[in-house]
Amino acid sequence: MSRGVDLRVVELSKSFGSKRVLQDLNLEIKPGEFVAIVGRSGCGKSTLLRLISGLDRPTSGGILVDGEPVKQLNPAVRMMFQDARLLLWQRVLHNVGLGLRGNWKPKAQQALEQVGLVDRAHDWIAVLSGGQRQRVALARALVSEPRLLLLDEPLGALDALTRIEMQRLVETIWQDQQFTTLLITHDVEEAVTLGDRVVLLEAGQIALNLAVPLPRPRHRGDPAFAALVEQILHRILSRETVQSQPSPSESVLVYSD
Amino acid sequence: MENTLRIPSSRTAFIQRVLRGSYLKVLAPWGIPLLLILIWQILVQSGVISTRVLPSPASVVQAGIQLASTGELFHHVRVSALRALIGFAIGGSIGFILGLLNGTFSISERLLDTSVQMLRNIPHLAMIPLVILWFGIGEEAKIFLVSIGILFPIYINTFHGIRTVEPGLLEMGRVYGLKPIELFWQIVLPSALPSILIGVRYALGIMWLTLIVAETIANDAGIGYMAMNAREFLQTDVVVFSILMYALLGKMADAIARWLEARLLQWHPSYQEG
Repeated sequence: MSRGVDLRVVELSKSFGSKRVLQDLNLEIKPGEFVAIVGRSGCGKSTLLRLISGLDRPTSGGILVDGEPVKQLNPAVRMMFQDARLLLWQRVLHNVGLGLRGNWKPKAQQALEQVGLVDRAHDWIAVLSGGQRQRVALARALVSEPRLLLLDEPLGALDALTRIEMQRLVETIWQDQQFTTLLITHDVEEAVTLGDRVVLLEAGQIALNLAVPLPRPRHRGDPAFAALVEQILHRILSRETVQSQPSPSESVLVYSD
Repeated sequence: MENTLRIPSSRTAFIQRVLRGSYLKVLAPWGIPLLLILIWQILVQSGVISTRVLPSPASVVQAGIQLASTGELFHHVRVSALRALIGFAIGGSIGFILGLLNGTFSISERLLDTSVQMLRNIPHLAMIPLVILWFGIGEEAKIFLVSIGILFPIYINTFHGIRTVEPGLLEMGRVYGLKPIELFWQIVLPSALPSILIGVRYALGIMWLTLIVAETIANDAGIGYMAMNAREFLQTDVVVFSILMYALLGKMADAIARWLEARLLQWHPSYQEG
């Protein structure tokens, strides 16, 4: 009974001038699935997210959301950015209600409750900490009950403790609301903590597509967790050797280049 | 023993405040002007400065009281303030609209910006002879000059404010379903506002400057007329008083601009206490 979208990326390519950022990328995401995308900077992660959101047009190939090709910005899709991108001249509640119409205040209030900031509803953004700002941004994304949530490294700039807190919050809300989620991150541990699957993007292509079969909530101390992180990190750091000798295990699905 | 040491609480509070320096902080900015006036009075009274060169502060105050009692002062101030206001409204609107257009649409920027920049580099006071030829020496000439003076600072700061809106915020607005007109009201205009208000403050300074020059050309009313008229009759005290009136009005305009900033930019980190 998931209300998340079914997402299919088909033969997707994107070039900026002569530079190919994404090359014939294929990816399928089931409704309600949480997929974490990792990769070095410049591997095309953010471009992929922008294409899925409809902010950019692909050079070739396409994206299907519930079988419909993405042609413009979709109201069922919400995005969170690395910088919270809040409106400093609006108080917290109005930031959460951005773009809502009709009687939006109770909804915004409720979204703030979900992220635990209901007592800050009437504060200015400037007085909030970095973590609180991202929670407001999360509330803003949740308030319209999105069916696809795109997270573009939203936790990247937070300190370690706040980050773990936010990861738990995102996980809880995702489990509760079952929207499809795509998380971009540099942090392999974060990817393994949150993702049903971890997808490694390398030079515009999928280099690794790995299911994470661990029960939630996941613990960093767990040996299976550590092994997965190690496996992914190893794959990222030693690109050449692994590419010549792919070693698929049970949980590893290497998509052809 | 303890009871005898107790001081009435209001007095304690006063002493504490003096010690913490909050009264001093309020009074400190006025210290130097007061000292200067005192020295001025002493110099004039002792005859070091001739009263024809510079009247004593006391006689300037007296001239002010005299002018106020006949109602002449208020008439001239009203005339000057009205000129300033009308000029500000006209020049400010044109500058603001041009800034909005050129900041928002690149076609309009390509068409207009170069021309505006060329006009901006002509000192507007250099146009006085031309303005007199066009409008004569009536109200229009003064209002025109004030408008021109105000137009450019408002234009440049509005343009700059709109150009420096964070692209990330606009992108966010689009993802969150804002229509173009909503993007403008909710994101573009508020984020350009600090810059626009800087333009307003700058324009206010130019407004008084222009008015002072324009009012001394040829006139039948206004603070400038009051000063020029007094000059003919060698009433140095009235001349000095007129100059002080300009200072006072300028300070008032600046205070209004500050108040506007504090109200409109409540959200801005530099306007928040604590």
